Amino acid sequence: MRALESVSFDVRAGEFVSIVGPSGCGKSTLVMLIGGLLPPSGGRVVIDGATVDHPQTNLGIVFQNPVLLAWRRAIDNVLLQFEMRDLAPGPYRERARALLAGVGLEGFEHCYPHELSGGMRQRVSICRALIHDPPLLLMDEPFGALDALTRDQLVLDLQRLWSRGRKTVVFITHSITEAVLLSDRVLVMTPRPGTIDTIIDVDLPRPRRLAIREDPRFAKYTRAIHERFLAHGVLRDLEEDEDP
Amino acid sequence: MSRWGPPVLALALTVVVWEVVVVGFRVPEYLLPTPSGIAAATVSEWRYLAVHSAVTLYEILWGFVLAIVVGIPLAMLIVYSPLFERSVYPLLVASQSVPKIAIAPLLIFWAGLGIFPKVLVAFAVSFFPVVIDTVVGLRAVEPEMLYLARSMGAGERKIFVKIRFPNALPNIFAGIKVAATLAVVGAIVGEFIQADRGLGYALQQATSVLNTSLGFAAIIVLAVIGILLFVAVEALERWLTPWSVARRSELASGTL
Repeated sequence: MRALESVSFDVRAGEFVSIVGPSGCGKSTLVMLIGGLLPPSGGRVVIDGATVDHPQTNLGIVFQNPVLLAWRRAIDNVLLQFEMRDLAPGPYRERARALLAGVGLEGFEHCYPHELSGGMRQRVSICRALIHDPPLLLMDEPFGALDALTRDQLVLDLQRLWSRGRKTVVFITHSITEAVLLSDRVLVMTPRPGTIDTIIDVDLPRPRRLAIREDPRFAKYTRAIHERFLAHGVLRDLEEDEDP
Repeated sequence: MSRWGPPVLALALTVVVWEVVVVGFRVPEYLLPTPSGIAAATVSEWRYLAVHSAVTLYEILWGFVLAIVVGIPLAMLIVYSPLFERSVYPLLVASQSVPKIAIAPLLIFWAGLGIFPKVLVAFAVSFFPVVIDTVVGLRAVEPEMLYLARSMGAGERKIFVKIRFPNALPNIFAGIKVAATLAVVGAIVGEFIQADRGLGYALQQATSVLNTSLGFAAIIVLAVIGILLFVAVEALERWLTPWSVARRSELASGTL
């Protein structure tokens, strides 16, 4: 089954890029290709001038599922990043503690995943992806399984983390609002087999507060994306004369 | 009281009713002895029972340990070798439709006299659940976790030690607990077929001379061995996988 048609785009260093598209358009496949976790059937991925042909280790990944190890405390889940790299985690404990505190998990470092809420687990998983200070962060619908309020909070937290570290972020999402709020550029994908339909530059001042969602400039961007989905039949609006 | 009270009370009530019925209807002792008669037989014959229990316990433990020591590596082979999985695993699963108790006489016949053939039966009866549950557990890792591990530069060895094996522990324990009860069955069946020692032998001797009280006493000792083994495994499980035990009790009490 072909998930992706030919896709070509560049991501600049330090840029926050979102990819929005309907379910099954191959967004997740894209993340796997960038991470070198799946071999491409054609074409290539280049990071810093080097072709990706094996799993990349100089990056952090966050999936929709937090995939924490149930037998490790929050902080030890974060430190897994070093243990898997054959590095003694001891010297990084303080950094892990600070990172967790930075996303509101102070005092929860020694909790097991089953003692944490869904949002808290996802925060731990984000910390695990950042603890080794990678230049690239891949996020595959990281907030997809969370309730709307938790989602808003995590979007703000992510923006704060990003503005501090200015990592390159590739962020996959279903949510148009989330994409516009966070990104420098939004890639809009077509339905399966997915290809890139439009690239939208989001020129809004940062830091962006939640209230920016009511700004007419913000609405202009979300409308532009909606229109692309309408054009592809991903969305079908009510007709003018239709009785709602 | 809330946890232990009801079952203890139910047991006490059963014993009382049993005693009253047997005495009231004057059931002959060789048909059904009274609980007090069984208790008396257990006390007076304790030395005899202890000698035979030691033999059976020895067979059970060896069979049980062998089941674990052979079962877990076999499961690893199945998980890591596609060739092994495709060739041996289906046969292993299919072989489970043969009741292993039926093979016991052959095993005893081939392995000869003494304790070893009973160990073999206990092992043969109990190793399968260890294999199956370990295979299931080792495979139960979420694919995203494996992708993450690879993005952290980990090789399969590291993944096994840090992720696969600990992740499989709750399943492995489920298999081991079943094996613990089956090993008891295996040892006794082995002794039934041919033995001059052990609780199975003692049980057959007692019933053949209509000493039913002693027969019951042997069964009770056997039950105690089975329960102790199970409790020991559960304690080990609680110690090694506290996260999974906690989660299970939360699920059971509906707080999750």
